[in-house]
Amino acid sequence: MGYHFDFAALLPYWRDFAMGILLTLQLSAVSTVLGFVLGTLCAIGRSDGTRLIRTSLAIYIEVIRNTPLLVQIFLVYFGIATLGIHVSANMAAVTALVVNVVAYTSEIMRAGLESIHKSQLEAADCLGLSRAQIYWHVILRPAIERVYPALTSQYVLLMLASSITSQISAEELTAVANRIQSDTFRSFETYIIVGILYILLSFVVRIAFWAFGQGLFVRRRKLGTPL
Amino acid sequence: MGTFSSTHFLFLAVAALWTVALTAIAFIGGGLAGFAVALARISGNRILRGIAIVYIQIIQGTPLLILLFLIYFGVAVIGFKTVPALLAAGVGLTVYSSGFLAEIWRGCIQAVPKTQWEAAECLALTRWQRMTRVILPQALRMATAPTVGFLVQIVKNTSLASVVGFVELAQAGKLINNSIFEPFTIFIVVAGFYFAICYPLSLWSRSLERKLNVSHR
Amino acid sequence: MSATANLAPMAPGTDEATVTPLVRLANVQKSFGAVKVLDGVSFEVERGEVAVIIGQSGSGKSTALRCIDALEKFEQGTIHVCGHAVHDKDLDRRALRRDVGIVFQSYNLFPHLTVEQNIMLAPTCVKSMRKAEARELARTALARVGLADKATQYPEQLSGGQQQRVAIARSLAMMPKVMLFDEVTSALDPQLTAEVLKVMEGLARDGMTMILVTHEMGFARKVASKIIYMYRGKVWESGPASMLDQPQTKELSMFVGTGLK
Repeated sequence: MGYHFDFAALLPYWRDFAMGILLTLQLSAVSTVLGFVLGTLCAIGRSDGTRLIRTSLAIYIEVIRNTPLLVQIFLVYFGIATLGIHVSANMAAVTALVVNVVAYTSEIMRAGLESIHKSQLEAADCLGLSRAQIYWHVILRPAIERVYPALTSQYVLLMLASSITSQISAEELTAVANRIQSDTFRSFETYIIVGILYILLSFVVRIAFWAFGQGLFVRRRKLGTPL
Repeated sequence: MGTFSSTHFLFLAVAALWTVALTAIAFIGGGLAGFAVALARISGNRILRGIAIVYIQIIQGTPLLILLFLIYFGVAVIGFKTVPALLAAGVGLTVYSSGFLAEIWRGCIQAVPKTQWEAAECLALTRWQRMTRVILPQALRMATAPTVGFLVQIVKNTSLASVVGFVELAQAGKLINNSIFEPFTIFIVVAGFYFAICYPLSLWSRSLERKLNVSHR
Repeated sequence: MSATANLAPMAPGTDEATVTPLVRLANVQKSFGAVKVLDGVSFEVERGEVAVIIGQSGSGKSTALRCIDALEKFEQGTIHVCGHAVHDKDLDRRALRRDVGIVFQSYNLFPHLTVEQNIMLAPTCVKSMRKAEARELARTALARVGLADKATQYPEQLSGGQQQRVAIARSLAMMPKVMLFDEVTSALDPQLTAEVLKVMEGLARDGMTMILVTHEMGFARKVASKIIYMYRGKVWESGPASMLDQPQTKELSMFVGTGLK
């Protein structure tokens, strides 16, 4: 009772907060890009791969989607160490986040690929386009446009989930907060600040995705209708 | 240092029960609160709607980890000396679930065609009657699959309750690991427990979704 | 135009090596399960001819058309198109598709691309044409179907008839030697049908070799240099457009009777 808020005690740590934000954004950006590329490949593999590839990918995706990220992070972190390879906490964090987000991306992209009507492929085939050209121009591009909102939400969640890597001491925003609160004993204030920072970050990430989408999907920008 | 034994396995099994219990608390508490927020989100009152929007934005824009810390330390600020771990974890996960369930259910309620509202209005039903007799029963059908899907998210996210000292599956794994240091074995078993809880739910959610799609076509 | 429109169905097994007809089907057979959709279909289409395939639904006319472009496999018989042996296992499908254009009932435009990009896609991808050149080509093709002003619009902004004309332009831009039309006006109301038929009539006048499946009997009479009437997976009767006025079989006379009313 009679708790006195003291945010001023945290002021000297602004540089640490900034570094934490930077690392959170880096972790998220790298995981997003890798997650998107690999996740898309997985989606293609799941719909067009051999039986073995399809089954292995299905198992991988189900296992990831039905176990907590925290446990996955521990497994990657300790697992790599067990193999006798030394990697930094940050490296382990990125690896775990990628392993995780690839599975989710793959499911989203698969829905996108399946939304493309067979007649579109037939038309492209009849125009003489090669398989790779059909995949790129007629399947992937509209599929990405269609699932872009779902991808955006997924990657915002990823940015927020990257906070969990603080549990293996990757030096991102949450880990920074944990350190600062134990230095200053202003725990509540610290987490209020960090909470606000995360809300701002998710806002910024959403805007960035929106702007990127505006540049990428000309049709949507001009007509404003979903594909 | 020992090796992973049946005692450890039993310890994890008991912890798994706590994971389920925590999930139940979060789902029931989050469901009640979330339903209220969903109704506020679509209410005719602008202030109520605004508060609901801000609430959802804050919950969905903050990592669960931070929410848990805020509640854990926030309770201390109110004046309690020690915070029971179950309380902190339960409240944290409830708040988290309410923010997401509110948004899922709002989507389902608003997915009921406008014409249904109009039809109900033409029958001179009150707003409350329209909601409970016409709209909600239809929304409920659409809501089951994503709700069960979100239940999987809750199960997985209870693992974060370990940060406030609640001994559920993940925390139990950490404790065992501290004594015998066999991280790989231990966390594989832990993951197996989670999978055993989550996978059936995922399958259920998917089959619900399929049924809904079939009946819609 | 072909002067050798013969009334009698062609005998299967005529010399396949001759390349004079641009398209030649000989004894083509195809089944869907137990149902025989094509039961020994044979016909030829000469350069510059407009062949119109008519018949009840389920008579196999669309399937026959799709076999020509290797969209359907068939069990027996041979199909030669512009020197390509479609029945051959080693068929170079992409080479075939350079010579054959096809337009579908459902337009199948690419919704994420503008009208112009729809048309430019194949020339740039398949013929490695430069963008500027392809754009020029697209404009020409669009002018030919009367849509020069729609180049930068998206398919969803166009009417069904306009979309179908874009689909025709998209095919034309690949400079095919033969064009196939699979019930291209079936999804359109009469007014839009008329504008699409007008475009096709123009193509016929310009000497394009065309094979089309249609229900538009009036149009068939007007442009067909050869009518192929299919019944139960067989070519039941074929000949010049005038054969519609003197049907030789009771099936065709019934079809024409119902078709006109």
